[in-house]
Amino acid sequence: MNIPEKPTAAIRCDACPVLCYINPGRTGACDRYANDNGQLVRIDPHVVLDRAVSRGESVVPFLDRDREWDGSIVTGPENFVTAIGAGTTYPDYKPAPFIISSSVQGVDMVTVVTEGIFSYCGVKVKIDTDRHLGPETNLVRAQGEPVGHVTTSEYGSQMLSLGGVRHLTGGSRKEGTVTCETLLNLCERKPVELTIDGGATVIVQAGQPPVVGGVQEERMRVGCGSATIGMFAKQWLGKVDEVVVVDDHITGVLSEHQAGKLLGVAATGIKMKGHRSTPGRYFRVAEPGTAWGGTNIDDPLSILQNFDPKTAWPKLRLLMVSTTGEHYAYFELDEALRPVEKDLPASLSESVARIKENCEPALCTVLFMGGAGGSLRAGVTENPVRLTHSVRDALTRVTCGGAPVYVWPGGGITFMVDVNRMPEHAFGYVPTPALVAPIEFTLKIADYAALGGYMDHVRSLDSIMDEKGRRRVSANPDNPWPLAPGKSSRSGPRSNQ
Amino acid sequence: MNTRAQIRLLDDGRRLHLNDGPIDLIIEAFGETDEVSAAYHAAAQRFATVLDELCAELTLLRQTAQIDGPLPSGAIARRMAAAVAPYCERTFITPMAAVAGSVAEEILHAMTAAASLSRAYVNNGGDIALHLAPGEHFVAGMVERPDRPSLFGTATLDAAQPVRGIATSGWRGRSFSLGIADAVTVLADRAAVADAAATVIANPVDLPGHPAIVRVPARTLAPDSDLGDRLVTQKVGELSPAEISAALDAGVNVARSLLSRGLIRSAALHLRGATRVVGLNLESTTIAIPGSRTLVHA
Repeated sequence: MNIPEKPTAAIRCDACPVLCYINPGRTGACDRYANDNGQLVRIDPHVVLDRAVSRGESVVPFLDRDREWDGSIVTGPENFVTAIGAGTTYPDYKPAPFIISSSVQGVDMVTVVTEGIFSYCGVKVKIDTDRHLGPETNLVRAQGEPVGHVTTSEYGSQMLSLGGVRHLTGGSRKEGTVTCETLLNLCERKPVELTIDGGATVIVQAGQPPVVGGVQEERMRVGCGSATIGMFAKQWLGKVDEVVVVDDHITGVLSEHQAGKLLGVAATGIKMKGHRSTPGRYFRVAEPGTAWGGTNIDDPLSILQNFDPKTAWPKLRLLMVSTTGEHYAYFELDEALRPVEKDLPASLSESVARIKENCEPALCTVLFMGGAGGSLRAGVTENPVRLTHSVRDALTRVTCGGAPVYVWPGGGITFMVDVNRMPEHAFGYVPTPALVAPIEFTLKIADYAALGGYMDHVRSLDSIMDEKGRRRVSANPDNPWPLAPGKSSRSGPRSNQ
Repeated sequence: MNTRAQIRLLDDGRRLHLNDGPIDLIIEAFGETDEVSAAYHAAAQRFATVLDELCAELTLLRQTAQIDGPLPSGAIARRMAAAVAPYCERTFITPMAAVAGSVAEEILHAMTAAASLSRAYVNNGGDIALHLAPGEHFVAGMVERPDRPSLFGTATLDAAQPVRGIATSGWRGRSFSLGIADAVTVLADRAAVADAAATVIANPVDLPGHPAIVRVPARTLAPDSDLGDRLVTQKVGELSPAEISAALDAGVNVARSLLSRGLIRSAALHLRGATRVVGLNLESTTIAIPGSRTLVHA
């Protein structure tokens, strides 16, 4: 039997004047240099060697022994300098909670200002694109680590659900760290590259157009292919005999569509591929992709079969256009009823332009979602559940960095907020890993006392303003003022439909 | 010239990171921009020779402290020796038990001597020296498992009371421990004092002879450890609530004794989710544990 020889000798590390003797499989006093089978290696700070080796990560042979070390080992921001140092980064991110009172229209209002550490948190990302980003439920990765998944397609957009406690704390250390970093960057409106298993690579930045596979998205589609037919049928009447609006979801065909029928558009003998849903509406004319209308086709004719010779006629005019007007082609049938591409007539270019014009700018939007658990609520009142009840009863207004939030119905205080409505640098993290986000509860002082608030800790607004170290930010003019009178802590992000 | 030391601002542009060999400091100063800058320069300048100074006397500093033993000559080494002196008659301790706190204190001293600051902290791997101008305060977090940091409590420290040092000791931390405490956090007037006290309180949090505790001679892990052949904790298996309570009691007794001798202001002992706090009656200092008002973990 061949047993690998196990070195037993300690080696002497000369990386610094401590000159540690390091036993095999151990680190020196710095936790940074280690004896890996008799070799001096450098590992990340405070990663225990046996774990690092077993996971095959972070072990860097200390090469170039002859060259003088220039001291350039720098810990990356995702590494901890020291694990317990987490304790003192704490004051950075979480000042003592403030309970501030101010008078609004003669009524004393109290705002309990604190930063919550959210292990239960994530972001919901809406990416305006018709391009196929990846199959529903597939993993979304950042830096190769799973950070979320593809969820539903919505009107002109794809939703991603990122973060959540399982990615933050349920996987490997790296998965948690990368998830935390990804969430933080998205919340801080920085660009983040995400790759979807079996799908596209997309650069997401809150408030900016998505970049899908290296191409910046410009416009959202005006509607599905069928809806586009409905909207523009009148404008096409008499200028063209047939229109196909190519869409990965529902491709519309003018002559068969209810809108065409109503206008008396004649049958054209067109034969579509795919699955006919209702007249003039087709599913699955091609595979999903990043080309025409979110399909994988570059040649629109590939979704057509031969025209029916009994109905079609030579010189029949056919417009094919995508749901954003970004792709279009104009054909006329020849004597053999084959489509031949021609220049788009001026009379039709207007309608194509109008489709384009009616497509809103494509954006990525990021909603932070977190849940205020018992201990955060305990920072506000001695009886945490009363805070929940107070929020439910709309006596207490919840804001996040002054921005309005949507509070989910049901138990707890789980809320969503549009990060673009929050001040810059509103978010932080702790290496748990978990995100740190501001949260404010505003209510009448009498209500605060009634729910068991810390009345002895209430300070006047003036006393806070006088303190040094306050960062002043302008209010976002689009946000309702958090102290404005009126009920409703439920004012959510605006609907866009 | 020391070419090993790395001195740089962290990515947030506010905190200074100093590293040299096993010494790893995170520093933040608050005050006027010029003053903060002056403080950081002073810290960097003082830091450049710290490791070499300590290593010059390392053999002495690793020896058991004795009441009439030889005194080291370096400024930091003297802080270390002074911090462990109150314990050396009754228990085994070496000046190395206070090395982290002493370095933190020395750097903080260099900063406050060079600049006028409202607040500052020097964090040496969890052993922290604080500066607070009148009216200022800090909130410090406490972690239960240094290898898996998540806060189990916070301590609010304000200028009106005397705490200027925080230290944490436990078997999962960077240094070896003779006991089984997950973390013992100590508040004291100075960082070096807190550092030594945390070790002294953490060591007796123990269940001698318990079969679920794996111990090995320190020397088998690190041949040049100042703990020599003393058994250090490597693994702690299942413990019953009664055992956890008994182990904590032993540490609490020592903490109370240190409190009555005026060596510490407060201590929080943590083992397997159970926490004991000693010295809570300290005016305007609170140690909060989950469920009380200042912790805001969601």
